[in-house]
Amino acid sequence: MGKILVIAEQRDGKLKKSTFELLGLATQSGNETSAVLLGDGVSGLTKELEQYGATSIYLIQDASLKFYSAESYTLGVLEAIKQASPDIVLASHSPTGRDFMPKIAACLGVGLASDCTQAQISGVNLKVRRPVYAGKATVEVEFLGQGPRLATIRPNAIGAPKPISAQTAKVIPISIQFTGLKTKVIEIVKGNSARPDVAEAPAVVSGGRSLKSAENFKIIEELADVLGAAVGASRAAVDAGYRAHRDQVGQTGKVVSPVLYIACGISGAIQHLAGMRTSKCIVAINTDPEAPIFQVADYGVIGDLFAVVPLLKEELKKIKEH
Amino acid sequence: MNIYVCIKQVPDTETKIKLKPDFTWIDTGGIKWVMSPFDEYAVEEALRVKEKNAGSTVIVVSAGPTRVIECIRTALAMGADSGIHIEIPETADNNMTAKALANALKKEPANIGLVFTGKEAIDDGSAQVSQLLAGFLGFPYVSVVLNVEYGAQSVKCKREIEGGAYEIVETALPAIIATQKGINEPRYATLPNIMKAKKKEIKTYKTSDLGISEGDQKIKFKNFELPPPKQAGKKVSGDPAAQAKELARLLHEEAKVI
Repeated sequence: MGKILVIAEQRDGKLKKSTFELLGLATQSGNETSAVLLGDGVSGLTKELEQYGATSIYLIQDASLKFYSAESYTLGVLEAIKQASPDIVLASHSPTGRDFMPKIAACLGVGLASDCTQAQISGVNLKVRRPVYAGKATVEVEFLGQGPRLATIRPNAIGAPKPISAQTAKVIPISIQFTGLKTKVIEIVKGNSARPDVAEAPAVVSGGRSLKSAENFKIIEELADVLGAAVGASRAAVDAGYRAHRDQVGQTGKVVSPVLYIACGISGAIQHLAGMRTSKCIVAINTDPEAPIFQVADYGVIGDLFAVVPLLKEELKKIKEH
Repeated sequence: MNIYVCIKQVPDTETKIKLKPDFTWIDTGGIKWVMSPFDEYAVEEALRVKEKNAGSTVIVVSAGPTRVIECIRTALAMGADSGIHIEIPETADNNMTAKALANALKKEPANIGLVFTGKEAIDDGSAQVSQLLAGFLGFPYVSVVLNVEYGAQSVKCKREIEGGAYEIVETALPAIIATQKGINEPRYATLPNIMKAKKKEIKTYKTSDLGISEGDQKIKFKNFELPPPKQAGKKVSGDPAAQAKELARLLHEEAKVI
């Protein structure tokens, strides 16, 4: 039996759903699964890791871990890897995991498969696929050489498991002196939007340049709010200054895969399609029947978004209220 | 102070990706190659630091086949002073690329102040090289940076995280900074600067000059696949009121996503 180490991710004392996805992937392979948890005053979270199948939990607590920092996480995770000597190390391809995992790879001198959307483990072999060119193609990653196999897995790409039996995990505290660090997180500035993040939301309503102004995005926002959706934007809309870049969907923005994606006034440039084509259900609303967005849309509405979107909002509100 | 910018040449975002018949790589025939968009912000940021610090020099480094020299010339036309080209196969992984970049920088004079990169290259989208480079050089790094306040010994970076939130990260210099869209507006090269760029020096290294061997390749991409084509969807017709009503019904009853 091999060993898998899952890097647990918490923010503000709450474990991320992606951590459970990783634990599910690891435990289903029949390997011995351990987790490493870093933070300040987070020992209460070990119970949840246990419920999802971790049999040993490396717990690293320090006041300096109150905020995530690449440097201190790297020190902590490297120590856990040293103690656990895993065959496979899994982390989420979140803003956190994607930030420190390459540094771990550099320190260990091993390869890292990042942003994997498919993963299978048989024995101690990790088989993964990942998108390239923002999903215009996918590739399988072959690990070369010796040493643990490292991968970051895209959140929501693999299924989340249910909590398993009442087994008991061994909690192994690791104490580390975090001194001589060159970087320091001074503060976290919270986003002021009550809406979900475009990369994480189960539904996304996006607008293109046809919206004609930042103010007109109000109708997109209102539709999004009825659905509990995030607001997205095409590159053209972002470059025109209608939305912030963090809302941009596409090859130079975010790649999203929600259950429902509604594209309003977006023609569907190839770089935009790359960023949303794996959405489960795609709706396109556009005046131009030749717009490429209709080629990937499950439901196409040829019409003026300014007329259709507010009416659609009312119709969906009725359904929601039932 | 010497400022380095590591850039990558990638297929233009409008490229329709085709595969080689044996699925070992993409078919690169007919591709329009450009500087990875996030690297343009890195070049611009380096030039702005140089303009505020008299006597500074901006050196652009790129690893890849001979074609990447065009990309270095683009950065030189924007205003960078000189270039370094590392000849490496396009199938080189992040580890080999980063090690080659690091070893090239280790051959440079010791007064490295800052190293800029884009937050990721839009071809493989791995977002690994800046951190690997930091590991090999022993420098701190900050990724996905939207703003930098420059000090003499340290810099304060605004780093994008999830949910529209930011971290303010302070780091000692020298450091690696990976730029995100929004940090600045990259300049266009003017015709006189394009002419001047042709005369600027580009140094070339082979991987053997940098102590890079096959063993530095840690992963390999294989079995390339294109996404399955999508079936044509349903068109919802009628006046806007009828379209809205029918679409809402379809989403609720047929797609079951509402």
